[in-house]
Amino acid sequence: MIRVLLVAAFSLLLLAPALSPSDFYVNVATQILIAAIFALSLNLLVGYGGLISLGHAVYLGVSAYLTIWLVTRAGLSHLPAAVAAVVLTTAMSLLFGILALRATGLGFLMITLALGQILWGLAYRWVSVTGGDNGLSGFQRPQPFGIDLASPRTFYLMTVAVFACAFVLIAVLVRSTFGAGLRGVRDQPRRMQALGWHVWMVRLVAFVAAGFWGAVAGVLYAYYNQFVSPHVLALTNSAEALLMVIAGGAGTLLGPVVGAVVVVMLKNVVSAYVTRWVMLLGLVFVAIVAFMPEGLVPGIDRLRRRRRPAGTT
Amino acid sequence: MRFWVIQSLNGLALGGLLFLLSSGFSLIFGLMRVANLSHGAYFMLGAYVGLSVLNAGYGFWTAVVAGALTIAILGGVIERVLLRRLAGRTFSQVLVTLGIAFIIADSSLLVWSGDPMPLPVPRGLMGAVPVFGVFFPKYRLAVVGISIVTAVALWALLERTRLGAMIRAGVDDMEMARALGIPVPRLFTAVFCLGAALAGMGGVLGGPILSVYPGLDMDMLPLALIVLILGGPGSLPGAFAGSFFIGFLYTFGQALFPQLAYVILFLPMVAALVLRPKGLFGARAA
Repeated sequence: MIRVLLVAAFSLLLLAPALSPSDFYVNVATQILIAAIFALSLNLLVGYGGLISLGHAVYLGVSAYLTIWLVTRAGLSHLPAAVAAVVLTTAMSLLFGILALRATGLGFLMITLALGQILWGLAYRWVSVTGGDNGLSGFQRPQPFGIDLASPRTFYLMTVAVFACAFVLIAVLVRSTFGAGLRGVRDQPRRMQALGWHVWMVRLVAFVAAGFWGAVAGVLYAYYNQFVSPHVLALTNSAEALLMVIAGGAGTLLGPVVGAVVVVMLKNVVSAYVTRWVMLLGLVFVAIVAFMPEGLVPGIDRLRRRRRPAGTT
Repeated sequence: MRFWVIQSLNGLALGGLLFLLSSGFSLIFGLMRVANLSHGAYFMLGAYVGLSVLNAGYGFWTAVVAGALTIAILGGVIERVLLRRLAGRTFSQVLVTLGIAFIIADSSLLVWSGDPMPLPVPRGLMGAVPVFGVFFPKYRLAVVGISIVTAVALWALLERTRLGAMIRAGVDDMEMARALGIPVPRLFTAVFCLGAALAGMGGVLGGPILSVYPGLDMDMLPLALIVLILGGPGSLPGAFAGSFFIGFLYTFGQALFPQLAYVILFLPMVAALVLRPKGLFGARAA
């Protein structure tokens, strides 16, 4: 009963922004959901796999570049371009996963960071393809079945649909046997190996799944902004996603969503007053990591549990 | 022929700068297991401090010393105040250094604005000298010379002094070093300051060649990472060979395929990871 109520409340919360009279709030809500899908994808690696990636912007960024490039430069129509962007980006995540999983721990972090920075540099300098610093523009949202996605409300509802799919499928994945295996590999790789799990393969599958959902977020990003520039591949973007995961609570389903709400709201509020978002990002990073390493959702969970009288759990 | 000689010399100069950057990065990583992601920011901040000292009317070498000292002090404070609090939590330490990198980058943008600014070449090193039949800027040769002298000095410090022996012991086996009564916390601060000072010095010395601009930090950091992946963590010969190799490769890449220079960096990294994940000179995997 409580679960049904929770799901209902969650759905209402998701649909409420569409009723807002101001486009501004609808757009902020759209940004939050795209960021939440992106953070959920990274959480598969960071939270459930124990693999801290600092190059996750690669999958969102490359997918966004491909979506726009394939339509505006290669002349594809929207649907095949979006599918190709997700397929190609997922294939790239397989390649990068094979490379990055040569190491775990800090080595993994540094390889993902180096790969991310290389693609960022490529987006900046390969001007004939990526448009360099100017990026790629001239992209318009499609009108599938006569539905006009150019309207912020319609686009928001589509984003809600994609988000709901992503959330449910990721929830199913982490609660499956594979999800249990992934958490096992995170905590006790040797024991899992002794139990007959292929540790490396479990990690690789998680890496590719994270790449896939990152690519989905990238397609939405491209549709939302109708523009892409090297900024999307910058380290700050990977770091923002990591902050969402850590601030919300790594390894929980709701954590990255809460993190996305907090970070995107903070970014929008701060940008309205000052231009120092990067500095604030750095300060929040230091503060969260140093003083609240477990994140908001587990922190609130713990508080709630403390309220209950001892012995009833 | 002319092209190859000039680009080889440019590659040497960049390799020298990379060594100043990545030797400290590698030592810090090898000893403390901290991937100091603010290292690129230290390099850039060093260059900016040098620029301000030069603008205040002091000489170039004063600027180099000022850059190195400022960054060493900053590094020492960060190590003492933040990294020490997080001892044993490797990922928290790394993420804190990333946050600091953002803070430094944005503060520099605030203070020094967004325009690229070259540092002037010191007066005594202006002009060019003939090398293998082509004229080559004196200053770049001096940078190569300084980096080689630094490499020899670091080697002597590590291999021939008591402090160096303690650092090597810490890199090889931290637990045993502690058990033998080596003051590991003080060693950490010393090595962190040393690495930061080298990065700051590299930034000022690189100023006349690379200039200083917002984003220099993020241009340099991946180079240091790749040098570390190639050379292996905590290995001075590895950092040395890796720096000059990447210096050459990047210089030729930029001259021959300017749009794809970054992808060329990708190739040796892939090769190293596939063939020898411990790095060319490393004793263990990163």
